[in-house]
Amino acid sequence: MKEKKVWDWLDYPQNIRKVRIVFYIVLGLLVVPDLFLHKHALFHSYETWPGFYALFGFVSCVLIIVVSKLLGFVLKRKEDYYD
Amino acid sequence: MTEYFPPALIFFFGALALPFLGGKIKNAAILAVPVVAFWMITTFEPGAGWHYQLFGFDLTMLRVDKLSKAFGYVFTINAFAAFLFAMHLRSRLEPMSALVYIGASLGAVFAGDLITLYLFWEVMAVASTFLILARKRERSYQAAFRYIMVHLFGGLCLLAGILLQINATGSVAFDGFTVRSLPTYLILLGFLVNAAAPPFSAWLSDAYPEATVTGGIVLTAYTTKTAVYTLIRGFPGWEILMVVGCVMALYGIVYAILENDMRRILAYSIINQVGFMVTGVGIGTAMALNGAVAHAFCHIIYKALLWMSAGSVLYMTGKSKCTDLGGLYKTMPWTLIFGCVGALAISSFPAFSGYTSKPMIIEAGVHEGFYWVWLILEVASAGVFLHAGIKFPYFVFFAKDSGMRPGEPPKHMLAAMAFMSFLCIFLGVYPQPLYNILPYEMVAHFEPYTLGHTLNQLQLLMFSALAFFLLLPMLKRTETISIDTDWFYRKGGRLVYSVAAWSLNGINEWANRVLAKQFPAFLGRFFANGVANSQKLFLIPYYRTSGLSAEEEQERLRNLSTSFITGAFPIGVPVLKAVFFLGVLAVLFFI
Repeated sequence: MKEKKVWDWLDYPQNIRKVRIVFYIVLGLLVVPDLFLHKHALFHSYETWPGFYALFGFVSCVLIIVVSKLLGFVLKRKEDYYD
Repeated sequence: MTEYFPPALIFFFGALALPFLGGKIKNAAILAVPVVAFWMITTFEPGAGWHYQLFGFDLTMLRVDKLSKAFGYVFTINAFAAFLFAMHLRSRLEPMSALVYIGASLGAVFAGDLITLYLFWEVMAVASTFLILARKRERSYQAAFRYIMVHLFGGLCLLAGILLQINATGSVAFDGFTVRSLPTYLILLGFLVNAAAPPFSAWLSDAYPEATVTGGIVLTAYTTKTAVYTLIRGFPGWEILMVVGCVMALYGIVYAILENDMRRILAYSIINQVGFMVTGVGIGTAMALNGAVAHAFCHIIYKALLWMSAGSVLYMTGKSKCTDLGGLYKTMPWTLIFGCVGALAISSFPAFSGYTSKPMIIEAGVHEGFYWVWLILEVASAGVFLHAGIKFPYFVFFAKDSGMRPGEPPKHMLAAMAFMSFLCIFLGVYPQPLYNILPYEMVAHFEPYTLGHTLNQLQLLMFSALAFFLLLPMLKRTETISIDTDWFYRKGGRLVYSVAAWSLNGINEWANRVLAKQFPAFLGRFFANGVANSQKLFLIPYYRTSGLSAEEEQERLRNLSTSFITGAFPIGVPVLKAVFFLGVLAVLFFI
């Protein structure tokens, strides 16, 4: 019996490289329109900076990861902690 | 209204009929129940019906308005998909308890008064416990026990609040509460326990991942969202809920990031998502409340989809820890695609359902000028993409290759996931049917798809993804659990037990030594020569005060003992004493 073909496209480093390049291009393209759009501020004028939401998302996630990592030192226990 | 039939009862009848049905008829009946209930809800006109009397109160089983109908729709839709996913089950226990549980939550949503609500509330707690017990593992039994204990506590808070409320106002009405007093705060606490608000949230992340594959999917929708419904009905505009909601949104993210078990990641993200809804209730404007309803509607669907995707993986591999999983995209592409639709929807990616509901809550907060609410909810939105949008699919389907080649789950599971995925995308690109059933009249129009909105959201999400991949080494999965507030009743319970054991056993030990051993021995020694010893008891103080030297005292006591032992004792003195005491008694008696 013929073995069923398995989809293993991501096993190849060159493919992962392609994905990464596409990802960075998308990131760049998302910020470009900000240079031409006139946005309304909700609370403060800095919200109208080009790429504000990009920066906001990035900084938020870095903060969340760092804070979680630090809390992890306090909160993480071995899996049999309650047994 | 009497021509309508309470949807709860259809589910209860379905559960009762189930033991008598077999094979395909059983499966068809299980699927038919939510379909019939859904169709009936579509025919409901606003009003109240099915009045009955209990404990001397006039109660209402069926109250129909747009709010209860909106929850009724999504509860029945989700029930249909969950039962379709569970079609392979041979056991009747799970479908029966699921029918009772879903029926009770529909009963709670359509309940017209506090007592009816309470009765259905408790049925929900009991019926849902069986979905955890059905896993038939020691860990699940223990988790189920903790689960029911927390819900009994919440139920008691609710009951106490309801009784005090009836006592204070004389009314069983369940509408927006305006008076802020002990009764309403107790009711609020009861609701918040079921909404999984910290510190009463650990029951969710503790118990749901211990449920069965199919039980978990049913559980995710009803308990927390019934609580959201009751909060919208009872506590709109209570500012404290904004604080509670924001805390929930952040709390869920942090724990989901730390977690290793995929279903526990999704359990924590329920707390995060319910946080958005609770915040909407706290803001309390028409747009915020509509946002909470719309978000509950979309959330139930995409969260069930995510749990189905995780459930398929667990069903096929028997594993649920991220450290054991990975590389499954190779043999489970459909499960991956459906899981990603759910992941994009929960992250409120444009064109998926979360995007047409969550921004409504945030925008309502902006309209009211709540800067902090906006800030926290935007941070939380970025965090959702991090933990549920990327982390879950990445570690389960990609990351390292676990070597497992499980294959796709059975067709009915794929069909259920396809159905839910369709709804996620449909509500994302064409939300108008959802907006039409929202209960409150909005002054301002809400339009999700403006160029600015959509672009901002895409930037926020894609740069969150960038942060995820850049900081991937910090997110490496570890074989750990994280202590949550359940520590207090899991470890704390043991601490109480050991302190009690130490102190009570100590007292017991001391009492045994002193009262059971030393004291009787002392009495025995004393009464072996009782009369002499009693005499000595009186004579020693007498000798001491009359200035005898120590030798003389010893001498006399020895003589006394000898006299007693030999019986050589002058009779006159005792007789004199006896007469004296009798005289004293006589005087005491006659005065």
